Amino acid sequence: MLLNQFLLLGAVLFCIGVYGVLVRRNGVMVLMSIELILNAVNINLVAFGTHLQQATGQAFALFVIPIAAAEVAVGLAIVLMIYRNRRSIDVDSLDEMKG
Amino acid sequence: MILADSGLMVAQNIGFAVIAFMIVGAAIRVVTTDNVMHAALYLVMVLAGVAAQYILLAAEFIAIVQVIVYIGAIVVLFLFGIMLTEAKLGKSDDLDNKPMRPVAIAVAVALLGLLAYSLVDYYGDDQLALAGQTTAELGQTTAQVADSVFITYLIPFEVVGVLLLVALTGAIVLARRD
Amino acid sequence: MTNVWIIPAIMAGSFLAILAVGKRLPEMGRAAIGIAAVAVCFVLSCIVAFGWVERVNDHSDGREVVACGNEQFQEPLYVGLEMSPELEAETEASLEESLEEQSLEGAAPLSVGENAASAPATSPAAFAADYDDGPTPPIVCSLTWFESGMGADGNAISFEIGTYVDGLSVMMLFTVTLISLLVHVFSTAYLHGDRRHTHYFAFLSLFTAAMLFYVLSSNTLQMLVGWELVGVCSFGLIGHWWEERKNSDAALKAFMTNRVGDMGLLIGIILLFFAAGSTSFSVLHLNEYALSGEANTTLLLIGSLCLFAGVTSKSGQFPLHTWLPDAMAGPTPVSALIHAATMVVAGVYLIARLYPVFWSGLEIGGSQIHYVALIGGLTTLVGASLAFVQTDLKKVLAYSTISQLGFMVMALGVGAWTAGVFHLFTHAFFKAALFLGAGSVSHACHHTFDMREMGGLRKKMPITHGTFLICTFALAGIVPFAGFWSKDEILAGAAAGQGAGAYHLMLGMGLITAFLTAAYMGRAYWMTFWGEYRGHAHPHESPKVMTVPLIILSVFATFAGIINFPFYWFNGVGIGAHWFEDMVQPTFLFPPELVVADFNYWIAGLSVLLAVGGIALSFSYYQYDLGKGLRGLTQRNAVAGAGYRLLENKYYLDAIYDGLGEAMRGGIARGSYWVNQNIIDKIVDGAGVGAREVGKVTYRYVDQGVVDTIVNSTGTASNESGDAFRKVQTGKVQHYGALLFGSAVLLGIVFVIVQAIVNS
Repeated sequence: MLLNQFLLLGAVLFCIGVYGVLVRRNGVMVLMSIELILNAVNINLVAFGTHLQQATGQAFALFVIPIAAAEVAVGLAIVLMIYRNRRSIDVDSLDEMKG
Repeated sequence: MILADSGLMVAQNIGFAVIAFMIVGAAIRVVTTDNVMHAALYLVMVLAGVAAQYILLAAEFIAIVQVIVYIGAIVVLFLFGIMLTEAKLGKSDDLDNKPMRPVAIAVAVALLGLLAYSLVDYYGDDQLALAGQTTAELGQTTAQVADSVFITYLIPFEVVGVLLLVALTGAIVLARRD
Repeated sequence: MTNVWIIPAIMAGSFLAILAVGKRLPEMGRAAIGIAAVAVCFVLSCIVAFGWVERVNDHSDGREVVACGNEQFQEPLYVGLEMSPELEAETEASLEESLEEQSLEGAAPLSVGENAASAPATSPAAFAADYDDGPTPPIVCSLTWFESGMGADGNAISFEIGTYVDGLSVMMLFTVTLISLLVHVFSTAYLHGDRRHTHYFAFLSLFTAAMLFYVLSSNTLQMLVGWELVGVCSFGLIGHWWEERKNSDAALKAFMTNRVGDMGLLIGIILLFFAAGSTSFSVLHLNEYALSGEANTTLLLIGSLCLFAGVTSKSGQFPLHTWLPDAMAGPTPVSALIHAATMVVAGVYLIARLYPVFWSGLEIGGSQIHYVALIGGLTTLVGASLAFVQTDLKKVLAYSTISQLGFMVMALGVGAWTAGVFHLFTHAFFKAALFLGAGSVSHACHHTFDMREMGGLRKKMPITHGTFLICTFALAGIVPFAGFWSKDEILAGAAAGQGAGAYHLMLGMGLITAFLTAAYMGRAYWMTFWGEYRGHAHPHESPKVMTVPLIILSVFATFAGIINFPFYWFNGVGIGAHWFEDMVQPTFLFPPELVVADFNYWIAGLSVLLAVGGIALSFSYYQYDLGKGLRGLTQRNAVAGAGYRLLENKYYLDAIYDGLGEAMRGGIARGSYWVNQNIIDKIVDGAGVGAREVGKVTYRYVDQGVVDTIVNSTGTASNESGDAFRKVQTGKVQHYGALLFGSAVLLGIVFVIVQAIVNS
């Protein structure tokens, strides 16, 4: 198998995730798209680990997973907070920073 | 475990292709579906597919962690999030920010082009070292990964532990009603 | 000298110490920590300086191999220097452990980050270039921070962190620590009883640490880190009294303007990295490449212009100079330290440090006019002419700083390396003294800087008056004060030029500025110290802690000139002709064809004449009441009206600022809108419009075609880009996200193309 097939899969997944982050209005959906991005990164890490025959790749993938969990926990807490304050989780309506 | 005898590994390649298409298809559905619940379920498909890819890459341990943590915990968190924010369970039209679509597509495609070009340019036809190797030779048995995590990267590991604790506390503080 | 990393480390330790325990200490305690740390650093810097002088003078041994383990200089540096607890706190235990791991198991490919301070001197990767007998090579020590990827030579690219000691960095070390020390002392009185005394001293320490870290950097990435740290400290200190909107606005403006240039710096660093074969960020490596003769001059040109964008913002060059006068909102000692003596010269230092890159990229040796010299000359004129219309004493000094920075950049631009760096050195002293003098004056006059409310202070504040007078002379370039020698070298350098002939345009700009400088300083001096007192306070001489630094600085301002004296008058005290040049100008990896101009009596005489004329003119205008006749003149006579119109234009400018701000602000939320309005729009528009106005005045003097075209097009282009930028600020995170990803992709594509060009 080629290294590139995994890397390209990761790249595709990453770009889909980016698309999702950019278009979704629902806060939860944005978080899901971020999960896609993180998974793309993990695929890369593991593929490189296998390619270079080192355990480092997997070790870092192992670090990414709990960090993703932490990110989701905090992210959802923030979304809940927003929902509680505005009765909506439409990130599009969050434009207090408008210039 | 001997992964394969020949360099070609037809079966693995076919497996890869099938799973990869499943992942990509499901991922596209995650970001395009107009039903929040469906998106979460498609996300499960993506995560499971990625786990399967890990197995193809001879990384069983990560695959199992992926299933347990991602599918077992994170997706459940998402479902809680969806329910707590009282999202509409059926179809809803306003999930997408429609004017952003062309921009987002342009950015995503350009990004993909850039990534694909650099990857193909740099790694070309590099073969994965899987053929004829045992996982021990690949340095990827669970024992070796554990060595790596608990010796070389012990401090980052501890830091991740603290980070999780902090994140949990932070999430509680944020989400608490008071 | 291999252990110079201790110096910034001490300051970083002092920062942490003040932050950690400062609140519990009395005011003097906090200041004492800072002062003690700077004092130690100053002593160490002196030791390093002596070490360097010895090294240059020593023609016999110790030159071939300079590695980190060099025992020669280790002992004196360690004496009396035990690791304080704060320092140890900084060297996180984790890092030590990971280092041990590394030495046990061989380098892990991605070891945890460590800073120079935390690295025990046991495992340094010594860098020793192949030296020959003639030049004095710098002492470079570096540690591999981490390794990653694969360079063009097939090895992993190692990202290093280390120190680079040569004449230039030693000079900066000395200047920064000395001025920082005096500013610390001065601040104890000036900021007595301040609301955020702790933060102030903590920031001062951090700033000094960052600046020292910056000047000692051995590679461009590390320089970027120091550069940004310095910027952050500047932000914190300008906005020290952030309760007043004006101050926090000024801080934001400074920060945002610097961001613009920092992008250029970052891109420049990456470009140079690719250009020089994608193997190393090391300063030595880049300079070696630039001088190798095989360098891709197009890439070097683009790279050096990108770097110059960074210089433009940090060193207040036209058209990004607008933040500097506003930065006067910070406490005065800070203005002295940051906005006159040290931080703003970071840009000048960058050019000096990577001089071969600029030399080859811009073909300084083979041209008579190019971008850097032109911008330097323009800046010096713009700054000097704007200084005339200020009524705020500090703003006069701020514009004067801009003007002098322009002088330095111009000097480097015309190839007068030593002259530029020497001017940096002398300017640091007298400008710091001027600012501290202004601080002392305002301390006496109820914290006002308005010169219209001063006057007649020379009897009430004799020491401040005396030092201010000396430094005014030094700044104006009157024989024999320090400023004369350095300024004159620059003019001589411009007159002599390099290879392709003289830089006539720059010479003209320099001479005009010499005149203007003397005139506006004469004006400021007179308004402050002569005539009748016009304020309401009861001015009195400042306490000793404020006057003593002033005296020390003015002593330097008087005598610093002799260290690069063009004649052999001071051989008796061990200072030969061009001693500074011998010590500081690199002989290793430096443009070999660079010519140092000789002392030029004609130009020296002319510039002194102009300076005396300038002072005399402004003095007679105010003192002997020739004003009435002249004031009438401004209405009738077109030439005399030029100065008057400048005044008017300044007010006109303010009206435009206000109009723009009001018209666009109407009813919309603040936040980033504000940033956009006031920062991007105003800076860009203001610079454009301001430049156009000033351009009208300089029109008479300078080749109008060149200046006018540039200035006008900047104005138009910036107006349009300002409008375009404003629409982007929707406040929606996803729009920002799209921009972020989009521009990252664009940048990536640019680098892929660059790489392809380099490879082809």
